[in-house]
Amino acid sequence: MKLKKSTINNLISYGVVIVAFIVCQAMISSGAMSRSLKGQMVPICVYIVMAISLNLVVGISGELSLGHAGFMSIGAFSAIIGAAWLRAALGIENEILLLVLSMIVGGAFAGIFGVLIGIPVLRLRGDYLAIVTLAFGEIIRNVLNCLYFSLEGSRLHVSFNNPSIPGTILLNGPNGAKDVAKIATFPVGFVLILFTLFVVMNLVNSRSGRAIMASRDNRIAAEAMGINVTKYKMMAFVTAAVLAGMAGALYGLNFSTVAASKFKFDTSILVLVFVVLGGIGNIWGSIIAATLLTVLPELLRAFADYRMLVYAIVLILVMLATNNPFIRSLFDRLIHRGRSAQTQRGGAAE
Amino acid sequence: MVSFLRFLINGISLGSVYAIIALGYTMVYGIAKMLNFAHGDVIMVGAYIAFCAMQYLGLPPLVAVLAAMVFCTVLGMVIEGLAYRPLRQATKLAVLITAIGVSYLLQNTALLIWSSNPKVFPSVFNIGTIRLFDGNLVISSETILTIVANIVIMIALTLFTGRTKMGKAMRAVSEDRGAAELMGINVNRTISLTFAIGSALAAIAGVLLCSAYPTLQPTTGSMPGIKAFTAAVFGGIGSIPGAMIGGLLLGIIEILGKAYISTELGDALVFAVLIVVLLFKPAGLLGKPMREKV
Amino acid sequence: MTENTQKKRMLDTKMVPAPSHGIIPERDLNSTPVLEARHLGIEFGGLKAVDDFNLIIGKTEIAGLIGPNGAGKTTVFNLLTKVYQPTMGTIMVNGKDTAGMNTVQANKLGIARTFQNIRLFDNMTVEDNVRIGLHNQVRYGMFTGILRLPAYWKQEKAQHEKALELLSLFDMQDLAGTRAGSLPYGAQRRLEIVRALATNPSLLLLDEPAAGMNPHETEELMRNIIRIRDRFQIAIMLIEHDMNLVMGICEGICVLNYGRIIAKGTADEIQANPTVIEAYLGKKKEG
Repeated sequence: MKLKKSTINNLISYGVVIVAFIVCQAMISSGAMSRSLKGQMVPICVYIVMAISLNLVVGISGELSLGHAGFMSIGAFSAIIGAAWLRAALGIENEILLLVLSMIVGGAFAGIFGVLIGIPVLRLRGDYLAIVTLAFGEIIRNVLNCLYFSLEGSRLHVSFNNPSIPGTILLNGPNGAKDVAKIATFPVGFVLILFTLFVVMNLVNSRSGRAIMASRDNRIAAEAMGINVTKYKMMAFVTAAVLAGMAGALYGLNFSTVAASKFKFDTSILVLVFVVLGGIGNIWGSIIAATLLTVLPELLRAFADYRMLVYAIVLILVMLATNNPFIRSLFDRLIHRGRSAQTQRGGAAE
Repeated sequence: MVSFLRFLINGISLGSVYAIIALGYTMVYGIAKMLNFAHGDVIMVGAYIAFCAMQYLGLPPLVAVLAAMVFCTVLGMVIEGLAYRPLRQATKLAVLITAIGVSYLLQNTALLIWSSNPKVFPSVFNIGTIRLFDGNLVISSETILTIVANIVIMIALTLFTGRTKMGKAMRAVSEDRGAAELMGINVNRTISLTFAIGSALAAIAGVLLCSAYPTLQPTTGSMPGIKAFTAAVFGGIGSIPGAMIGGLLLGIIEILGKAYISTELGDALVFAVLIVVLLFKPAGLLGKPMREKV
Repeated sequence: MTENTQKKRMLDTKMVPAPSHGIIPERDLNSTPVLEARHLGIEFGGLKAVDDFNLIIGKTEIAGLIGPNGAGKTTVFNLLTKVYQPTMGTIMVNGKDTAGMNTVQANKLGIARTFQNIRLFDNMTVEDNVRIGLHNQVRYGMFTGILRLPAYWKQEKAQHEKALELLSLFDMQDLAGTRAGSLPYGAQRRLEIVRALATNPSLLLLDEPAAGMNPHETEELMRNIIRIRDRFQIAIMLIEHDMNLVMGICEGICVLNYGRIIAKGTADEIQANPTVIEAYLGKKKEG
C-alpha cells in the first residue's frame, strides 16, 4: 500500500513537471514569453536541479553544505573542456549528443570531487561540517582561477598558474572560459530536471534512502541498527555532487563566457536559500522556490537599484513569518485538516 | 630574512584584524549558537561611518572611531532584536538564512548610500614609522596600533567575561541557556549585550582593516568576515583565546602563503589549513570536544 | 512469573573457567554463550566508570542488570554495543572477540539494543523505523533502488510483510503509517524493541524498557519479553528500576554499584544478599 502511494506521488510529480514544460514551450513558440524570461529558462532548470540536489544533502541527509556551487563549477568547466575535446577528438557534431555527453563528463568529475571532499568533510559534524564545505567551495574557486586549459588538435594541455600553453585556450585562469559553444537548451534542461527527480525520489523511497534519513534523525540509533552512517552520508553527498555537476555543465554551456567568480560562496548561499524557503526536505518546495526566486529579480526590475534591497527584505520577512509560532500553528492546522480529509489514517497519529 | 620578518609582521597585523572580527563571531556563536553571517557587513558599515565622520564632518580619527563604534553597537542590537530574537526557537538553518538576508540588506543599503565606487580610506593614525635594519624593515604605526589594539581588546574581554557579573552571565547563557534563565539571568539582555560588544569590535576592526587596505566598498566586509569566521572555527568556536590564536595564525599563514607559495592561492591555503586542523582537532585548536550522551 | 523454579545462579567467571553457563542448563549447556565479558572496564579521564565487569549470558537467558542511579549500567550497554570502546577487558559475542569493532559491526554480530532516552527515527513512519532494523537483511544496492529493478519490488514487498509481522508482536501493525515521533511514550518504547528485534539479534539489550509505563503496561511488557525470548530463541539482558519486572522475569541478576559488580545470582539470592540490600534495596524496598 505504501509502495503504491509513493509511486503515485512520483508519477504526479513527473506529470506536473511535464505539464509545466509543455506550457513553457507553448509560450515560447507562440511568442507569449518575454525575451528576458526566455533567457532565464535554462538557468531556472539549472537552479531547480541545484536546489533538489542540495536538498538531498541538507534535507534528506541533514548536513548543512555551504559549498554546493563548488561542484557546480567543477561540472561547468569540465563540461566546457569536455565538449570542446569531444568535438575535436571524436568529431561529435550533434549538439544534443554533445551536450548530454558533456553533462555526463561534468557529473562524473563533480562526483569524483564529491568523493574526495566527502571523505574528510563527513568526519565532521554540524557547524564544523558546514564551514569545511564552505572552505572547499572557496578552494575550488581559487584553484580554478589558476588553471589554464588549451586544446591543440585533439590534445589537451593543462597548466597551473602559467597562461602560456600551446593551442586554443579553453580555460584562461581567472578570466574563465571564453567562446564557449552555447549548446544548452531548455528541453535538455527539462529532461535533467526529470532525471534529478527520478534519482532523488527513487533514492529516498529505497533501502538506501531510508538509511540516509535514519542517519539524519538519530546517528547513534542508526549505528546501533547496523547502519554504516558514513557510507550513507557519503552516498547522499556524492549523488548531490553528481547532480550539481550536471546542472553546472548545463549552466556552463549556456553562456559564451564563464568565469569561476560566477560560482562564489554567494551562489552556494543562493541555492541554500531556495532549499530553506521551499521547506527543508521538501522537493516540491525546492522546485517552486528555485523558480520563483530566479524569476523574482527579473520581476523586480521595476525597482531598479532597489531590487536587491527588496529581495533581502523579502527574504528576512519570509523567514520571520514562516517561523512565527502563531503563523506556524495556523499552517499546521490547515495542513492537518487537509490530510485527515484525504486519508482515514491521518488521525491515528494523535 | 628581513623580508621574512616583514611578511611575518604584516601577517600578525592582518591576523590581529581577523582576531578582532573573530572575537565578535565567537562570542555571538558561543552565546546564541548561530553563525552570524552579517557580522562581516557590520565591519563594512563601521568603516563607512568612520570614513564619513572624518571625510565629511572633519572629525578627528579617534572621535570617528568612537562614532563608528556607537553606530555599530546600536546597529548590532537592532539587528539582533528585530531579526534574530523572534527566531530563538526556530531551526538553526532559519536563523542562518535570516543572517544572510541581513547581510544582503546591509550590503545593498550601503550600495545605495555610498555606491559601488571604492572609497579611498584616509590614513588614520599616521604618527610615524619604525625603521629597523638600516631602513629595510619598516613598520608602520597602523601595524603597531592594530597589534596593540588586539592585545588590549583581548585582555579587556578576558577580564570582562571572567570578572564582571555581566560577563559571567554571558558565560552562563552560553553554557546552558535554560539553566541560566532559571537562575534569574535575563537571557535576551545578555544576548543583546553580546551583539553590542561584537558589533563595537567589528567597527574597530573595520577601521583597522581599511587603514591597512584602504579600499572601501560595500563588499569590503564579506571576505574578511568569512576568513575571520574561519579563524574562529580554527581556534575553537566559542573560545576567546581560540579566536585570538586562530586569527593570528590565519593572518600569518595567508601573508606567508601569498609571499612564498602563490599569490593566487593565498586564500585557498588558509582554507586548506583550516580543513587539516579540523580533521585532527574536530573542535578546533582550543575548542572543547562535545560528547553526546547515550 | 515468580513460579519460575528453574532459576540457577549465574556463574562467576572469575572463580570458575565456565564449564557450563546459562541459567537453564538443559537448554543452553552445549552451546557457546551469547555473551562473554571478561574484566571489562572503561575509564573516563581517570575515573573508572565500569571496572572488572565479568558476565556470561547463555543462549536463551533473560538477565537483569540493576543498580542505583549512576552505577554504570548504561555504560555497560554502551561498552557491549561499542558506542564506547572499552579500555580494559574483552567482549566475546557468540564466541567471537569484538576487539576493535564499532557499533555497526557489533550489531551485525548479533547485539541489538534499545535506549534509555528513546532514540527513534522521529520523522520516519513506524514501518520505516522497523525497516531500518531490517536494513542488513535486505540486500539490494543503491542503483537497484534508483532504477527500481525487479529485485527492488520483490525485496520491498518482503520487507514490508516482515515489518508488519514484527509490529504485530505488539499489536502495532495498524500504526505502520504513523510518524514515529508522534506515538505515545509507551508505544515508542515498544517500537524501539521491535526495531531492535528486526536486526535479527542473538542478544537483545533493553535499557529501562518499562520506564514511564503504568503497572498494567509493565505486566504486559513482562509477558511480551518472555514471548519474544521463546519465539526468537534469543538472550535478553535488561536494565530496569522496576523490581517487580526484574525479579519477575530475570533468570539471572547482576547488581552493579560504583561501576563494579557487587552481586550475581537469582532473584531470591539477590533479594537476600546483604551487600545488595545495603547498596540498593535497603533504600528502595519496594521489590
